[in-house]
Amino acid sequence: MLLELSDVEVRYGSIRALKGISVSVAEGEIVTLLGANGAGKTTTLHTISGLVRASSGSIRFDGRDIGALAPHQVVALGIGHAPEGRRIFPRMSVAENLEMGAYQRRGSLREDFERVFELFPVLAERSKQEGGTLSGGEQQMLSIGRALMSEPRLLLLDEPSMGLAPMFVTKIFHVLRDISERGVTILVVEQNAAQALALAQRGYVLETGSIAMSDQAGTLLRDPRVRAAYLGEGAA
Amino acid sequence: MSAGLQPRTGSAARFWRSTDARRLFGCVVGALVVAVMTGPSGSASAPTSGFTGSLFRPRAFVFVALGLALWAVMTFRSRFGDVVRRANDRIIATPRQLLVNRWYRYIFYLAVFAFAIWYPTILSGYWQEVLVDQIGVFVLLALGLNVVVGYAGLLDLGYIAFYAIGAYSAAYWTGALPIHPPMHLNPFWAIPLAVLAAMLAGVVLGSPTLRLRGDYLAIVTLGFGEIIQIVATNLTGVTGGSQGVIGIPHFSLHVDSLKYVWHVKALPYYYLLLVFVVIALAAFRSLERSRVGRCWAAIREDEVAAEASGINVLKYKVMAFSIGASTSGFAGILTASKIGFIEPGDFTVQLSILILVLVVFGGMGSLIGAAMGAAVLQWLPQFLRVHPLFGFQPQDLFIYLGALLVVMMIFRPAGIVPSRRRRSEIGLAEHGVGTADAMSAAGGPVA
Repeated sequence: MLLELSDVEVRYGSIRALKGISVSVAEGEIVTLLGANGAGKTTTLHTISGLVRASSGSIRFDGRDIGALAPHQVVALGIGHAPEGRRIFPRMSVAENLEMGAYQRRGSLREDFERVFELFPVLAERSKQEGGTLSGGEQQMLSIGRALMSEPRLLLLDEPSMGLAPMFVTKIFHVLRDISERGVTILVVEQNAAQALALAQRGYVLETGSIAMSDQAGTLLRDPRVRAAYLGEGAA
Repeated sequence: MSAGLQPRTGSAARFWRSTDARRLFGCVVGALVVAVMTGPSGSASAPTSGFTGSLFRPRAFVFVALGLALWAVMTFRSRFGDVVRRANDRIIATPRQLLVNRWYRYIFYLAVFAFAIWYPTILSGYWQEVLVDQIGVFVLLALGLNVVVGYAGLLDLGYIAFYAIGAYSAAYWTGALPIHPPMHLNPFWAIPLAVLAAMLAGVVLGSPTLRLRGDYLAIVTLGFGEIIQIVATNLTGVTGGSQGVIGIPHFSLHVDSLKYVWHVKALPYYYLLLVFVVIALAAFRSLERSRVGRCWAAIREDEVAAEASGINVLKYKVMAFSIGASTSGFAGILTASKIGFIEPGDFTVQLSILILVLVVFGGMGSLIGAAMGAAVLQWLPQFLRVHPLFGFQPQDLFIYLGALLVVMMIFRPAGIVPSRRRRSEIGLAEHGVGTADAMSAAGGPVA
């Protein structure tokens, strides 16, 4: 397994945001984490990135315990993170934003720029524009592009479809498949269950800090509980 | 803007309900309040003299006139705001465009430098003192704080503590303190040691506290500033206590045949300061444009995103913090050596806040802005002391500074000489985009 969380518990003060979850992602896989607001999806990604510390449990990446590492060390190991709400640097140009993503790396970034521009041609057109002036969809592309600039083996995506027009959602998911085909493992948090399960091979369903279900994406997609809760079928 | 659309020729009743009228009322009442606040105080024998002495005197008219002028400016802005803004941008833009040309820029810098060398020689002794004690030292302090607040976006309210550490280190190494150093040094050679002490204090304080975000950092630094002052007051055996320390020698330089002693005169200190200000300007400018500067900008704009991008946020924050601390420490040694006397009362929280005001007034994140802000705001009270206008009382300085800052935040929130990037960050924040506001770094809990 490339990434393995076992019995990870996270507390915010007296609140247990994650109540001992176990998640694993194999090399080359696309795995999705589904769940309602406040289920702990973002916390899970933040814990992997080192932005939040687990109070117990272990996080292993490529066999190595990364639970105690600082975020920049986690990035150095090969985990890229496109955080929730895009969080691009609004006053930096698109090119500068991408450069910040490659902050840990030395040497020429030309190939990396080309790779990102190939995936998101619109970023090449806008490379001198300030990040804050991009549309929501373009900002999401920039956020993913920035995470890719660190040459990650594992890409963490937090709700890439949030607040985007349907056309952009389809586009983003299309590019995610491309990224995966280039050998990057992806762990994607989503509320858009239909799109996420169509993309992923496996899925986990988080409910108030615990894993409620985990299965192949196709099985989850057919599961009546998932359909009721996340695909809006037969919901009260 | 709505007021601008209403016809002025309408009924009087409509005018009194308009924004203009409310503003007029606010300005006049505000002016009268300021007039009373800054006027004479009452006493037991004449309890109402605080009011009568300020409201029934010509100075009340001066304040009301100023209030009316402010109202006129605000009304004018709301009607012709766009025109003014465009003109304003042009005024700022034209000299900037000229300076884009490298040769013009060098000539301009050279001219400013030559002026800075020549001009003090024709000043009177009093103004030379002011130039060093009030302006030069504070320009250096503001430049240092600008790195912390302007570049890295860290709100440091205990900045003066490092100034104190620098000053007390100078006193220690020159043997002026009750405890004695392993060897007595001339203050000139104590500079590196005292700067190092201030920098170390910055690292020691910064490493644990810079993990905190936004307001928490401000609270911790505020506390640190107080602690340093209280320790200096009460640790009598080490610091000399509230009596202060006397007999800190002047700088002197002996290298082979070269021998120079800075005496009581201000001008030699001025030139020493000038050298360090120029060094600081050059160093901070190149830092700002380097990778380090870009990382500071990223941290300022969105700390979580910076962390997620792999920037070692803590390292860069500590770096900015300790650069600020060492600059402050250097200013402390210089003051200690020039005046020859320090006491804990020199290092109050007010002074930390004053320096912050200088930076905010000048333009956070802008080197020229911070330097100009410090120079202008430190010069003005001295000027008013010599040429009193409207019965200006030097002890009221902070009232005026507060008012000035409020007015600045309304009309020029990015400072008198704004940095391009900071200005647009603040502009975006006003529209609810991005997390940079006028003061704090990107904040918000992670979750």
